[in-house]
This record gives sequence, structure tokens and C-alpha cells, in this order.
Amino acid sequence: MDLAGLAVGWYLALSVALFAIGGAGLLVRRNPLVMFMCVELMLNAVNVAFVALGAGLNDVGGQVAVFFVLVVAATEVVIGLALVVAINRRRSGATADDVSLLKG
Amino acid sequence: MAEAVFVVSAVIILAGAIGVVASRNPVHAALFLVQTLVGVAVLFVLNDAHFLAAVQVVVYAGAIVILFLFVIMLLGVDKAEELRIEPIFGQRPLAAVVGAALAAVLGAVVITGADVLTGLRRAGGERSLDGDATDIERMGRVLFGEFAFAVEITAALLTVAVVGAVVLTRRASRSDASETAGAAP
Repeated sequence: MDLAGLAVGWYLALSVALFAIGGAGLLVRRNPLVMFMCVELMLNAVNVAFVALGAGLNDVGGQVAVFFVLVVAATEVVIGLALVVAINRRRSGATADDVSLLKG
Repeated sequence: MAEAVFVVSAVIILAGAIGVVASRNPVHAALFLVQTLVGVAVLFVLNDAHFLAAVQVVVYAGAIVILFLFVIMLLGVDKAEELRIEPIFGQRPLAAVVGAALAAVLGAVVITGADVLTGLRRAGGERSLDGDATDIERMGRVLFGEFAFAVEITAALLTVAVVGAVVLTRRASRSDASETAGAAP
């Protein structure tokens, strides 16, 4: 699985590091906007793995998968930011912890 | 050469990712996110996925991050967040432990599974990357051939997202509000 003299394993290692940083950030941060950015980091980690494996396996399927991930990421951001705007309209400066107020 | 490009962009990507997680100001986090996304676009170019690199810059770094910045400015949450207070006791150490465990598990999967996939290497056909077709040509053929149904589903998904965003952010009009108020016991 050599690609331009570079093993796919290095791309996968980078992808793992990026995914872990995004996951830890998602758990640490309380601002919902920054949490969404961390989700974007995790999606990008997966995209790196898809493209590197697709190139290593000589298959365009990896690029096609990234295309669909991009679409899903865009819709996720649209819906997520709409939710953030809707929550902030009721209660400004809301953090992720304040969602517990939704309990009856 | 490829190694040098990979190392430089990997450093840029990881620095941007840490910046997103660690910066106190959401605007700075969004700008660090742009750094990471551009680094990933460079890796796409390195893997001969030129179309995806362009889409990454236009859609992600262009549209999505601008949407983030727009909402940040709209809500006025561009003030620095106090990161030192911890509302949930032990959240940070636990998050660090979970992140390290995630990296360890995924790393183990990569190390043990690195040689498993080599047998699936494509020798030829429409989906192989050999030949002189450009990557956008190849992707177009596969997307509108083998994955045509998935593209249709994607169209439905985008429609649902647009309708959902409009419904979620719509202010209830006066008549609606009075009706709900009247209906409430």
C-alpha cells in the first residue's frame, strides 16, 4: 500500500490523532458552537482516512464516500446552528449544560 | 517530497485542531478550524483528489465556517469564555482519559489491521484510479452510475435540512401565538 512513497499507515495515524482531539474537545467544551467545530474535526479525520485508503487501494470509492460525508456535514451544521439560534432566542448565552432545563 | 508535504500539513492540521479545542474565544476557534480544513485539503491534493480539495476549501472553509462565524456574531457570543471554571467536577481529566483511550483503541485497530486490506486492491475497471481520466470524471461516473440512488437520497436530505432550518428559526407569527395562548388551559 505505497502511495507516492508514503505508507497509508501515516495517514491513518494522523486521522486517529485528529479524531481523538476532536472527541476530547467535544467532551471538554461547553459552548455548543465550539462543540460543533469539534464534530467537524472528527468528520475531517474520517475524510483523511477515506481518501488515503481509497488511494492506497486504487479505488475511487474513498473519494465518493468523502463526497457524501461532506453533504452530511453541511446538513448537520445547518440543523445544528438552527437549533443553537432557537435555544439562544429563549435563553441567551446558553451552554450545553443548560439543555438540562428541558427536563419537565 | 511527498513526505515533507505530509509532515508539514500534518503539523498544521494538528496545531489547528488543538487550537479549536483550546482557544477561549469562539471566533479564534473558527479560524483555527479553517487552518485544519486547509491542511486536510493539502492532503487531498497529495492523494490526487483535486476535486475534493477544491470542494473542501469552497464548502468547508468557505460556506460552513462562514456560517459558524455568522451565527457567532449574530448571537453575540464572541466573548472569551472562562475556561478555568469547571461546572461538572472532573470533566476535564475524564475527557482527557476518554480521548486517550479513543486514540489507543483506534491506534490498535490501525496497527493490527494495516495489512488486512491490501488484498482488496482494485486491479482495473471503472472505479480504479489507473488510466488518464481525471478524478472528477471518475467520481462523476461512479456517483451517477453505481451510487445514483444514494445521490437521490442526498437530495432528499438537503431538502429536509433546508425545511428544518426554516421551521426551527421561524418566529411564531402573532396570530399563531395568540391561538396557542388561547388554547392553553
